Formats: sequence, structure tokens, C-alpha cells
Amino acid sequence: MNRLSAIRDDLATQWRRLGDRPGGVQLMEVCGTHTVAISRGGLRSLLPEGLRLISGPGCPVCVTDQSYIDQAAYLARELTDVTIATYGDMVRVPGALGSLAEARSAGADVQVVSAAHEAVALAARRPDRQVIFLAVGFETTAPATALAVQQARREGLGNFSVFTAHKLVLPAMRALLAQADVRIDGFLCPGHVSVITGWKAYEPLAAEFRRPCVVAGFDDEQILTGIAEILRQLAEGAPAAVSVYPPVRPEGNARAQEVMAEVFEVADARWRALGAIPESGLELREAYAEFDAARRFKLPTFESHDPPGCRCGDVITGRCLPTDCALFATACTPRRPVGPCMVSSEGSCAAYYKYHHRQAGKEQA
Amino acid sequence: MCLAVPAKIESIDGQKATVSLAGMRSDVVTSLTPEAKVGDYVLVHAGYAITVLSEQEARETFTILREMVQGSE
Ligand code: SF4
Repeated sequence: MNRLSAIRDDLATQWRRLGDRPGGVQLMEVCGTHTVAISRGGLRSLLPEGLRLISGPGCPVCVTDQSYIDQAAYLARELTDVTIATYGDMVRVPGALGSLAEARSAGADVQVVSAAHEAVALAARRPDRQVIFLAVGFETTAPATALAVQQARREGLGNFSVFTAHKLVLPAMRALLAQADVRIDGFLCPGHVSVITGWKAYEPLAAEFRRPCVVAGFDDEQILTGIAEILRQLAEGAPAAVSVYPPVRPEGNARAQEVMAEVFEVADARWRALGAIPESGLELREAYAEFDAARRFKLPTFESHDPPGCRCGDVITGRCLPTDCALFATACTPRRPVGPCMVSSEGSCAAYYKYHHRQAGKEQA
Repeated sequence: MCLAVPAKIESIDGQKATVSLAGMRSDVVTSLTPEAKVGDYVLVHAGYAITVLSEQEARETFTILREMVQGSE
């Protein structure tokens, strides 16, 4: 507890050093796990007035383009002999053809896996089915998909493929800074993405845009230490890339980067709300084309937009808070989510609902 | 979805290891951490070890995990 109050003191000191800044300071927490941790710890209420934290595009399910969601539902519903293997968070995302959960109720074979190799094992067990793994996630998750594809090749599995929507965090941060109407004075960078990429990966961004990029872990101390470090850099006019999270090495995990580069190549990718961002996603290399579901199956394209009334796109780009959405906690709840930001356990709307809405309810009662 | 948790390696068999995580056993793939040895702590994300942790790092991350688990109850 002592340590925490020392960190809070330091944060307050750095804030005072900053002096008067018109419009205050607005920082973005890029990672969905941070969003949840900040809400859980009630950390926003501990911050000095004028220091705001906004959520970013750090929930892989939330940033997944609507067209991909609908294509996944199409694969599940329209193709015979197809089994969809997916992480649990994807199952309840609503879409034009309904969610994957609804597809399952209608008879489609949708299986939840908690590791990419479980999807490979599923394909090995079921040679009569085409197993398609929905590969979503950032740098933290993509190496596992790469290993799964290599495993499927070693095992000679002709019935395994991946439908990729893997995304890279750094190009998205760049795209966010290019938005004229969203102010970001510094980034709290994702801890586990950075375990793979290394904290040095943020150096070009910090230098070019002169924004502090501070990698932090996930408890209250880590998050407040990270914020205090950002404020210190702002006060000193010396923005830099650093990490306060011990497991993150300067260069990251070299083996993971290698595996990713063997199987994937960097490609343009579509993000919810941010649209197409150059070199912000991963696609299977030609050498692994046979495992690419997008090449194996004919897919119709769908429109890319939020569900009607949903402001998920504004939420993940820092334009509004979940509570600014008219559907928040009324038409849209975790039990009946309208958009992905309420579905995913790491979505901002779900985090706000769980920690703020419920608390507000309790206080009123 | 980028959640990762620390676990201690109990045994290794090729590219797979059995780890204990807050008293629970599970299997993880260690291909991304070829340097990991029995007795080491690793950070596990979606069934794959993504880095080896020092004991100090593991202890610090355990506190977070405990909070996370309490938070999700
Ligand atoms: S509260 Fe629901 S409808 Fe509104 S932005 Fe969030 S997910 Fe979309």
C-alpha cells in the first residue's frame, strides 16, 4: 500500500511540474486488458482533474472489421462440412447474418478453443470436416497461429485452414495520431504485445510524433507508474519509448518474431472505424497459401460498419466514452450486446458496464 | 485477449510443458521459449509460453493475476 501511495505522490508531483496546459492532458491506453484493469481499480477517479484516459483499439474482437465477422458467420452457416474453431470472445459478436452463437443454434458446427493448437487437433480428429480457425489477435497471439499452421503442415492436414484477421498495434497507433479530431498526448502501451515486439519497437513513433510511449503491466501500481512516467516525459519535454513492465525486453521475443515472419507477411488490413490501414495486418505467405481459408473458400464481401446505433467505432478511436452511446446499458448490455465492445471481456463498453454502471446502480440503491 | 498469466514449469516433453498455475496443472507449448527449463516461470498466453520470467517478475505478476481472478468473480 505504501508503494502505491508513493507512486500516487510521484504522479501528483509530475502533474504539478507540467503546469497549466490548456485542455488538460489526454492519454490513450491502447490495450483492452488495461481498459479493464483501469475500470476495475477505479483509477480514473484517482487522477488529477484535467488528466483524462481514453480507450484505444486494443481489443482484438472490437477492432475486427464487421465484414470479417459476417464472412465468418457465412462460412459457418452456408458451407457444408465446415467446423469453425474460434476463441470464445468471437462467438457472440452480432452481425448481418447473426452471431456465430446463433449460427450454432441453427445447426452450424462452431467450436470454442482456448489455444490455436486445439484447432489443429480438432482437424486431426475430424478428417471428414474442414476446420477453419478464426485467427484474430495482435502480436501477442499471432505467433501461436503461425506455430499452428506449421504444425498442420507437419501433420499433413489438408482439412485445416486459418481465416486471418491478425492485426499489428503499432501501425494503428500511427493511424490514430493522424486523426485530426482526437487528441492523444501520450500512449500507455500494451504489456503483452510488447513482450513479443520489445519496447524499442515504439522508438520511431515516440521520436517522429514526439509522444511518450510507455509500456506498463496490469496492476494498479504498474498503470499509475506508467502514467507518472508519461507525465514526467511531458514535463521535461523529452518523449521517449520506455517500459516499466519487467517481463518486456528491449528487443522482445526473437523466436516469436521469427516464427511470425516465416508464416506471415505484413499486409494492409481493415479495422473497424479506422478503415484500411497500410501494413497493419498479417496474411499467410504464398508458401502457406494452402492453409489460407480466404483462398480455399469463396467468400462474399459484406459492408463494414457498426451495427445500427452502435458507437463502438467511436469508442475504440477515443472519440467518445461508452457512456456517451445512447444504447449503453439500455438496449445494449452484456447479456444482449449490440456491438463487439459490449461482447468482448476486454471491450470498453463491457468494462464500463461491469465496473461503473453496476457501481452507480449500487450507490443509487 | 492479450491476457497472459505466469506459471511454473513442472516437466518438459519436447515442445510441450506441464505447468502449474495457482495450483492448477495445464499443458503449454514452449516453442516460443526454447530456453525454458524445468523450474522456470513462464508467461502463458492462450496456451503458449511467450517469455521466461525471473522469479521476481513472476512474483510481481502473480499479484496481478490474483487481482484479475478476484475482479472477474
Ligand atoms: S454500448 Fe453497445 S451499442 Fe453502444 S457503442 Fe458500446 S457496444 Fe456499441
